[in-house]
Amino acid sequence: MTTNARIAVPQGVKPTTNVTKGFDLSQKEGYRLNVASRSESPASGRGTPVNVPSADSGDDLKFSKGKEKLDPVVLYRKERGDVREHLYMVVIGHVDAGKSTLMGHLLYALGQVNQKTMHKYEQESRKLGKQSFMYAWVLDETGEERNRGITMDVGSFQFETKHKTITLLDAPGHKDFIPNMISGAGHADVALLVVDATRGEFETGFDYGGQTREHALLVRSLGIAQLAVAINKLDTVSWSQQRFDEIKVKLRTFLRQAGFRENDVAFVPCSGLTGQNLVQEPTEKELLSWYNGPSLIEVLDNFKCPERPITKPFRFSVNDLFKGTGSSFCVSGRVETGFLSVGERVLVCPSRELAVVKGVAIEESPKQFIFAGDQASVTLSGIEMQNVAVGFILSDPGNPVQISSKFQAKIVVFNVTVPITKGFSVILHHQSLVEPAVVSKLIAQLHKNTGEVIKKHPRFLSNNTSAMVEIQTTRPIALELYCDCKELGRIMLRVSGVTIAAGLIMKIIL
Amino acid sequence: MKLIYKELDKDGEGTICVIPEEPEDMWHAYNLISEGDSVRGSTIRKVQSESSTGSSTSNRVRTTLTISVENIEYDTQGCMLRLKGRNIVENQYVKMGAYHTLDLELNRKFTLRKHEWDSVSLDRIETACDPAKNADVAAIIMQEGLAHVCLITPSMTLIRAKIDVSIPRKRKNFPQQHDKGLVKFYDNVLQALLRHINFDVVKCVLIASPGFVRDQFFEYLFQTAIKTDNKVLLENKGKFMLVHSSSGFKHSLREVLQDSAVIAKMADTKAAGEVKALEKFYSTLQMEPDKAFYGKKHIERAIESMAIETLMISDSLFRCRNFALRKEYVQIVDAVKEMGGEVKIFSSMHISGERKS
Ligand SMILES: Nc1nc2c(ncn2[C@@H]2O[C@H](COP(=O)(O)OP(=O)(O)OP(=O)(O)O)[C@@H](O)[C@H]2O)c(=O)[nH]1
Ligand SMILES: [Mg+2]
Repeated sequence: MTTNARIAVPQGVKPTTNVTKGFDLSQKEGYRLNVASRSESPASGRGTPVNVPSADSGDDLKFSKGKEKLDPVVLYRKERGDVREHLYMVVIGHVDAGKSTLMGHLLYALGQVNQKTMHKYEQESRKLGKQSFMYAWVLDETGEERNRGITMDVGSFQFETKHKTITLLDAPGHKDFIPNMISGAGHADVALLVVDATRGEFETGFDYGGQTREHALLVRSLGIAQLAVAINKLDTVSWSQQRFDEIKVKLRTFLRQAGFRENDVAFVPCSGLTGQNLVQEPTEKELLSWYNGPSLIEVLDNFKCPERPITKPFRFSVNDLFKGTGSSFCVSGRVETGFLSVGERVLVCPSRELAVVKGVAIEESPKQFIFAGDQASVTLSGIEMQNVAVGFILSDPGNPVQISSKFQAKIVVFNVTVPITKGFSVILHHQSLVEPAVVSKLIAQLHKNTGEVIKKHPRFLSNNTSAMVEIQTTRPIALELYCDCKELGRIMLRVSGVTIAAGLIMKIIL
Repeated sequence: MKLIYKELDKDGEGTICVIPEEPEDMWHAYNLISEGDSVRGSTIRKVQSESSTGSSTSNRVRTTLTISVENIEYDTQGCMLRLKGRNIVENQYVKMGAYHTLDLELNRKFTLRKHEWDSVSLDRIETACDPAKNADVAAIIMQEGLAHVCLITPSMTLIRAKIDVSIPRKRKNFPQQHDKGLVKFYDNVLQALLRHINFDVVKCVLIASPGFVRDQFFEYLFQTAIKTDNKVLLENKGKFMLVHSSSGFKHSLREVLQDSAVIAKMADTKAAGEVKALEKFYSTLQMEPDKAFYGKKHIERAIESMAIETLMISDSLFRCRNFALRKEYVQIVDAVKEMGGEVKIFSSMHISGERKS
C-alpha cells in the first residue's frame, strides 16, 4: 500500500494503522488546548502530572479553537518584533583546525567570558600540560574533552554582534564524532568552516577522507547555504598572502562543486590562538600589508537570517533528554516549523504518545512561546522518559508528523569504496536520529543534473551517481516528505564511518 | 535449542527432547532427524464428527502424535520441518499405521528417538543447545548509550545482550548529568559482560567503539574489578583487545573483524576468512563491475563465458528443499569447480553473510 499520506489523509486522521501505543486521534479530531487557560501553569513543571490526557476529551473540545485564534505571524511580531535577529551557526572543520580555540578566543574578546574564568582555565590547562587549549576550554567542558584536548560533542554559546544574536554550535572535528556534528549542523542556519593554514595540515583536511571536505558536503546536504571560511592559524605561515590565496582558490572550486553559490561564501584570515582579526582591527604588519577586509565578527554579522516557517504545523526534533525539577523531564532540540506555547499538548513520535508541555525555555530562560528556528528545551509531563528518545519528533496532535519504516528517497552518492547494491546496510541520519537501515531497492539511476531516469533497476550505484532508492529501517521513524517539510525531509547515509550519500524523502510507504 | 531431557542407554539407543528456539535450530533439527527415527510432537488434526441428528461438523484439534519418519521437508521460509510417516503410538484421532504429517515449529517441543545416537548427532545436539560453547571469541561493540555483547562462533554471531540507554548530552554549565549517565551505562555493559562471557571458553574479548568509549569502558571495567576484587576479570585482563569501529550498531562488527590485528588474533576462524572473501567481491564490483556478478541469472551467464574465479554462495541456498532449485545451485557449484574456480560457501547466519543475501 503506497500512499502519499500527507495529501491523501484528512487532517487529524492517523495515517497508519499499526498502532502499538498512544491515542486514536481520529476520535478527537483537531482538538487543541486554549493557550491562555494553561498559561498560569508553573514552568517548573511541579504541577500535577497528567497521566492519561485522553480521559478529559470533553474538556478539550471547549478549547478546541484556541490555537486557531493565535495568528503565528501576529504573535511572532508581538513576541519577537523588538528583539534582534537570532541566528544559529555551526562551526565545522577538520580535527584540530582550531575551531574551539577560535570561538573561545572570540567569546573572550567579546567579553562573554570574564577574565577570572579565563585565568582559571589558563592555570588548570597548564597543569595538564595543555595550555594551548585554554581558549578551547570555554567550549570543551567535560573532563574527557579537556584531558584529551579534543571536542567530542557539540558545545554551544550565545553572543551578540552589532545587529544579531548568534548561538554558536562548536562541532567536533574528529571523524568518529560526525554523528554529533550532524545533529549540531541540523540545528543551524549557517556554518563557519575553519581550516588550518599550516603547511601540510590544510592538505590533510582537504584530501579525500578529510573532514574539511566531508563537513562541507554534509552541511550543504543539510540545507545550509551560507558559509564563512576562517583560514586559521595564519601565524604559523607568517601571515603569508600567497598561502591564504592558495587555500582560498582550492576551497572556492571545491565549494562551488559542493553546491555553494560564490556570493554566499566569505573568506577571512585569522588566528584563534593570537586573536588576530577576530574582533579588533588587525595589528600584524604582514597581514595589514595585503588585507583590509572585514574581521571575523563582521563577517558573522553579515550573515543573512533565513525565513522562519512559523505558519506551518508544529514540529520539534529532539536532540537531548535530561531530568528537570520534580517528576518532569526536559527534551531539548529545535523547533523545525510552527510554534508552541506552554500548556499545549504534543504528540511524541514515533511512539505516538501525548504529552503536556509544562514549560519552554531558551538558553535556560523560561518563555511563553517558542517559534520555528529556536533551539529550546521543553518540559514534558504525562509521559514516561523511557518513551522518548533522541531523534524523536514532537508534533501538533491535530496535524501530526508521519510515521513509517519504509520510504523512497532521491539520493546523491558521494565517494564510496564499495558500490551500493540492493540490500546494502547503512546508518541513516535523519535530524538527530541515527538508525540502522537497508537500501531495500534500487529503483532508478537518475541523471545528476536533469533528474531524468537513465536506467531502471540498476544493479549497483557507484561514485557520483544520483538515484531513486527505497530505504527500510528496522523500527518506524517520524519523518516528512521533503516537499512538505524540508527540515524533516532530508536524510544522510553513512557506512563504516564515512558519509556515502545524502538524499531527500520523496515518497513515504506505509 | 533447549534440552528438556535426554535418556540414552549404553548402546546409544534412546530419546532426546528439545525445544527449537532460533531459526538455526530448525537447521540443526533437519540434520539430526533421519528416516527410521521416531518423532513425537504436537500437530493439528482435522476431525469429522457426526452429531446425533446426522449433520457432520469438522473440527481442528491439537494432538500429540508419534510417527516413524519416512520423509523430511525443510521449509526455510516458514522456518518449519515437515515430517511424514506412519503413526506408531495409539491415538484418539489417528489409526495405528496410518500416514500422517508432523510439523516441527519454533518454540514447540519435540522428542526424537533413535536406535543409535552416534557421536556426530550427539555433538550436534550439544552445539545446538549451547552455541556459546564453540564461541571462543566475544565482542562488545559499543558507542555512547548503545552496546551489543556478542559471541562469535564459527558459524554465526550471537547477540547475547543489547544495552540501549539515553545519556544526557553535554550541556553548557551542566556536565554532571552526562557523566552520571555514562557511568550507569558502563555498569550495565559490565553486568552483561559478566553474565554472558564465560572466560573458560572465551580466548579473546574484543571491545570495539568509535572515539574513546572503549578506552573509558575498559578503564571503568578494571577499576571496578579491582574495587570488587573480581578475580575472573583480573586474571583474564590479557584476553581483552581494544579495537576501533565506526559505530556501536551490530553490523559494525564486520569492520572489526577486518582489522588486521583482529584477523591475526583469530586467523584460523571461519569468520575472518568469510569477511575477506566478501570484501574482495565488493571491491571487484567497484573497480571492474563487468567482472563481478551476483544473482543466479548473472552467474549462469558468467559460467557460459567460463569467467568465474571465485564463487561465493550462501549455504542457505543449499538448505532449501526445493529440489529443482537446489540442483541448479549444485550444478553451478560443480561448473565453477570444473573450470578451476574457487567456491566459498559462507554461512547466511553470519554477519558477513547478511550483506549478500
Ligand atoms: N599556532 C596556532 N595554533 C592554534 C591556532 N588555533 C588553534 N591552535 C592550536 O590547535 C590545537 C587544536 O585546537 P582546538 O581549538 O582544540 O581545535 P578544534 O578544531 O576545536 O579541534 P576538535 O574540536 O577536536 O576538532 C590547539 O593546540 C590550539 O592551541 C592558531 O590560530 N594558531
Ligand atoms: Mg574543538
